[in-house]
Amino acid sequence: MVENRPWLNVLTHLVLVVGVIIIAFPVYLAVIASTHGPGAFLSNVVPLLPGSYMLDNYGQMLSQGMSTSGAPPLTLMLANSLVMAIVIAVAKIAISIISAYAIVYFRFPLRTLAFWIIFITLMLPVEVRIIPTFKVVADLGLLNSYAGLTIPLIASATATFLFRQFFLTVPDELMEAARVDGAGPMKFFRDILLPLSRTNMAALFVILFIYGWMQYLWPLLVTTDPKFYTVVMGIKRMAAVADADPQWNLVMAAVVLAMLPPVLIVIFMQRLFVKGLVETEK
Amino acid sequence: MQTKRTIFPNRWLPYGLLAPQLAITLVFFIWPALQAVKSSFEREDPFGFKTTFIWFANYSKLLADPMYLNALWRTLIFAVLVTVIAMGVSLILAVAVNRLLRSGRVYTTLLVWPYAVAPVVAGILWWFMFNPSIGILSYVLGQMGVTWNHRVNADQAMILIVLAASWKQISYNFLFFVAGLQSVPASLSEAAAIDGAGPFKRFWTIVVPLLSPTTFFLLIVNINYAMFDTFGVIDATTSGGPAQSTNILVYKVYADGFLGLNIGSSAAQSVLLMLIVIVLTVVQFRFVERRVQY
Repeated sequence: MVENRPWLNVLTHLVLVVGVIIIAFPVYLAVIASTHGPGAFLSNVVPLLPGSYMLDNYGQMLSQGMSTSGAPPLTLMLANSLVMAIVIAVAKIAISIISAYAIVYFRFPLRTLAFWIIFITLMLPVEVRIIPTFKVVADLGLLNSYAGLTIPLIASATATFLFRQFFLTVPDELMEAARVDGAGPMKFFRDILLPLSRTNMAALFVILFIYGWMQYLWPLLVTTDPKFYTVVMGIKRMAAVADADPQWNLVMAAVVLAMLPPVLIVIFMQRLFVKGLVETEK
Repeated sequence: MQTKRTIFPNRWLPYGLLAPQLAITLVFFIWPALQAVKSSFEREDPFGFKTTFIWFANYSKLLADPMYLNALWRTLIFAVLVTVIAMGVSLILAVAVNRLLRSGRVYTTLLVWPYAVAPVVAGILWWFMFNPSIGILSYVLGQMGVTWNHRVNADQAMILIVLAASWKQISYNFLFFVAGLQSVPASLSEAAAIDGAGPFKRFWTIVVPLLSPTTFFLLIVNINYAMFDTFGVIDATTSGGPAQSTNILVYKVYADGFLGLNIGSSAAQSVLLMLIVIVLTVVQFRFVERRVQY
């Protein structure tokens, strides 16, 4: 701060408080709505203060789900989302760290071509090639399976670029010393590069976990069996029904549960999250 | 392309290391993309017995189709509004946080978490607030004499998806603006202050120009976000309606291909979208190269 201007300080805090309120208000309403009984939504406006049905609503959603929408209990959907997010994050990190290692530490024919093939994935988001990708997954018999939910999403150019960028900053002397001591490529990778990459891997895990958790279109396409529903896509089904048969208390309980894991990760691992976000976009 | 000064002499290992990534890329990215290009030149009869090669007929039909041009126009409006709102609000918040020392950290934590809210969930949250029968905002608007019903009013439906999509993107922009503001040297602002420039003058003449790389980067990212990552917002709130008013390109590909089963047209739309992504990516990367010299 260059100089002290009291009115500007007041304005600063005012702006931020208003910003936080705007950001938080939709979620506040959702939390409030999830604590009311079904009768609260028949009158003409949503309640603004907590009700007393919180345990009932969450208990019902976790153990039974919403029978009217044909969605399974939330415990199952949360577990599916967790599996999907963790598998995507871990597998993305694993396959991109080894391919970055190959691209940086080896020289071989077609190296540039391999790099470009990986680069192109940046330009082909799922949203623009929905039907042919669905066809491939269907032909491989992967519909309604964890493999179908995760494998098509685990190729990642950004993670590969991040590790490539990082490996290029690792001093060459480390590798030369390892070779003088007789270490082979895999030993060098395991004992030197992997430990050095630990922070990068953690930061990337945070970002990719959130990415996996938020997937919506893909699970919507490849799952028709409620056993494989993820929570983010399941909510949409419940909300569509709730419009006709107002069970907003239950839908909002599901919304809160679906938001909670990734939001907690962002709040409690903020340093890693910011690092991951800024570095993957470089 | 860069490698290390010394490398491991090994003929087969690098291919083995690349194999998983390349296999997935080829099977689930390149191959489907080629299939999309191929079927965009074909017409398939409704029973799937016969496909005929028809050159650019799908494309010319698409570009003459008022529904497609409408989707293009709606996408443009949507992307511009989301980009302007999400970037404007987050810049104001970032400038405010940047003025603070310790309490800035607390505000940052309170502002970044919507990044982790899925677009479809963001859509449901705003849909709930604007719900014509019980929503709090539609109630408040009703008290002010505005009848809110995004199920029949096209403009209101657009406002709803713009607000939901912008709300979710603010935290992302905010983080990048804060990082950009922190790299503006304090000495410049101090020198300007000594020369008598007030806070607003300093902001326009020093901070805004020095922030332009961040702003440009975010511009591309936000357009990309509005065009491709907002599928969930639309699907949760308006499903493209009323009367196609919120049917943006990425939703139309899904609706025509997956729900309407018009494979040829959907494939042609996919190819056009890929071209848009390619242009955006190229612009972004050319810019990143220039930023290094900046």
